[in-house]
Amino acid sequence: MRYSGFRVIKEALTGHKGWTPAWRDPEPQSQYDIVVIGGGGHGLATAYYLAKEFNQKRIAVIEKGWIGSGNVGRNTTIIRSNYLLDGNEPFYEFSMKLWEGLEQDFNFNAMVSQRGVLNLCHSDAQRDAMTRRGNAMRLNGVDAELLDAEGVRKMAPFLNFDNARFPIKGGLLQPRGGTVRHDAVAWGYARGADSRGVDILQNCEVTGFRIENGKCLGVETSRGFIGAKKVGCAVAGSSGKVMSFAGMRLPIESHVLQAFVSEGLKPILPGVITYGAGHFYVSQSDKGGLVFGGDIDGYNSYAQRGNLPVVEDVCEGGMSLMPMIGRARLLRMWGGIMDMSMDGSPIIDRTGIDGLYFNGGWCYGGFKATPASGWCFAHLLATDAPHPTATAYRFDRFRKGLMIDEKGMGAQPNLH
Amino acid sequence: MIINHPLLGPRDSQEFTYLGDAGLIERPDWQAEDAADAFYEYLYLRDNPAGLHKELWYHEQGDRSWLVVTRNISSHEIISVELARDVARQKGRSK
Ligand SMILES: Cc1cc2nc3c(=O)[nH]c(=O)nc-3n(C[C@H](O)[C@H](O)[C@H](O)COP(=O)(O)OP(=O)(O)OC[C@H]3O[C@@H](n4cnc5c(N)ncnc54)[C@H](O)[C@@H]3O)c2cc1C
Repeated sequence: MRYSGFRVIKEALTGHKGWTPAWRDPEPQSQYDIVVIGGGGHGLATAYYLAKEFNQKRIAVIEKGWIGSGNVGRNTTIIRSNYLLDGNEPFYEFSMKLWEGLEQDFNFNAMVSQRGVLNLCHSDAQRDAMTRRGNAMRLNGVDAELLDAEGVRKMAPFLNFDNARFPIKGGLLQPRGGTVRHDAVAWGYARGADSRGVDILQNCEVTGFRIENGKCLGVETSRGFIGAKKVGCAVAGSSGKVMSFAGMRLPIESHVLQAFVSEGLKPILPGVITYGAGHFYVSQSDKGGLVFGGDIDGYNSYAQRGNLPVVEDVCEGGMSLMPMIGRARLLRMWGGIMDMSMDGSPIIDRTGIDGLYFNGGWCYGGFKATPASGWCFAHLLATDAPHPTATAYRFDRFRKGLMIDEKGMGAQPNLH
Repeated sequence: MIINHPLLGPRDSQEFTYLGDAGLIERPDWQAEDAADAFYEYLYLRDNPAGLHKELWYHEQGDRSWLVVTRNISSHEIISVELARDVARQKGRSK
């Protein structure tokens, strides 16, 4: 069924009796051409593009819970392509371009809103670094504007400009950045994939791989063995656990990141604002809640919940950036498990095992990457060659010293 | 989380900084034939288990000792805490 304004009116006039489920709930088949593990944004996007752009058939997505129960439904919804390094920037800009056409492409309202992402700077050195980043973005054909303090004041007069320790000196604005309704991304891709014949198998946990003579023949699951010519793993925070079933150790640690939403308020924030003197980022959802977050908790975790010290730290960041936030009450908070890689950048690559492919290491920035990650992983699965924008996301970059370390932190995942 | 420091008793985890997998104590021999491979694995690859995890915490805001904490990382429950010094000595290191 195609969704449209006309359809909404027609259904409204006929008692909403014509809506059907947005995707099927099929029984697993014994054999597929391609199995994608993980019904998060990346897994569903991969299946969607495999079917739509790469003409693949007999595809399944295997999800241990319900689709969208992982990070795709837990993130703070920020999309941007303001990276510095060559290995990253073309990939994230490819993603941004896909976001711009996504809703028409998969016929679903994902509330893609390019309301701008503003990164603030608080010292001359930080402004120099932002100038460099902005120039790198422009060299890659991406929009970037350097604002002085007055320019920031025009956009967001409520910020704490004259803080004695961290005055706001300006900021780097990406006008095309913004936010997207996160669950709708999972639903839109799921519906688009399903309508092209992809089986979405929920409540089906992968518990092992069947590997013979160095070749992956399929996956063991809580609903039995499912054979596949190719298996792609896109399980984000569970990457370490799932790939250990194939005997692999990854350049990844799992960490917990928390997010927070305030009560609904009238519109006060123009776009996404990030604090440069502490780790704090905030935007306002269309329902009015302030959506914000900060650092990961900093220790390995698979618990999907964080601890109070980070809550305090995030709230302190909020108070020092925009004191008016102290008047808002916190409504909800939660945690998600991040696949933190050793250089802060992702991996989309083959493994040493024939027929087994890996997508992960997204750290806390993988939501914005969803469309490009799905496209590039589909490209790899379908053609056995990396997509041109994802050639740097290889496993062997660590061995070869070709790290893509945006923050220059080294092999210390909790600092990326 | 409360870390039960072997010398100082229960301390708030906020007083510590976190380094990661306690396997980092076992630095490879840089003169070995396979040193390049060993250092690649040492530096970059992790078991990252969804259960018990031995990890290094540094008491930065306290007595500056390194601890090996055994923690269930699926529940955050701390099982045991040892001085990293003792753990390293058990492995035959001088300090
Ligand atoms: C609090 C928070 C805030 C964030 N904010 C942002 C942001 O503002 N911008 C941004 O770009 N990114 C952000 N991120 C990061 C982003 O959400 C993730 O990088 C991205 O969603 C990961 O990809 P995914 O959607 O495929 O992951 P998930 O949605 O986690 O998908 C993985 C799926 O695999 C399933 N799975 C796991 N194990 C198995 C198994 N054994 N068998 C079958 N299925 C399995 C899980 O149930 C899960 O559904 C944030 C993350 C968090 C937690």
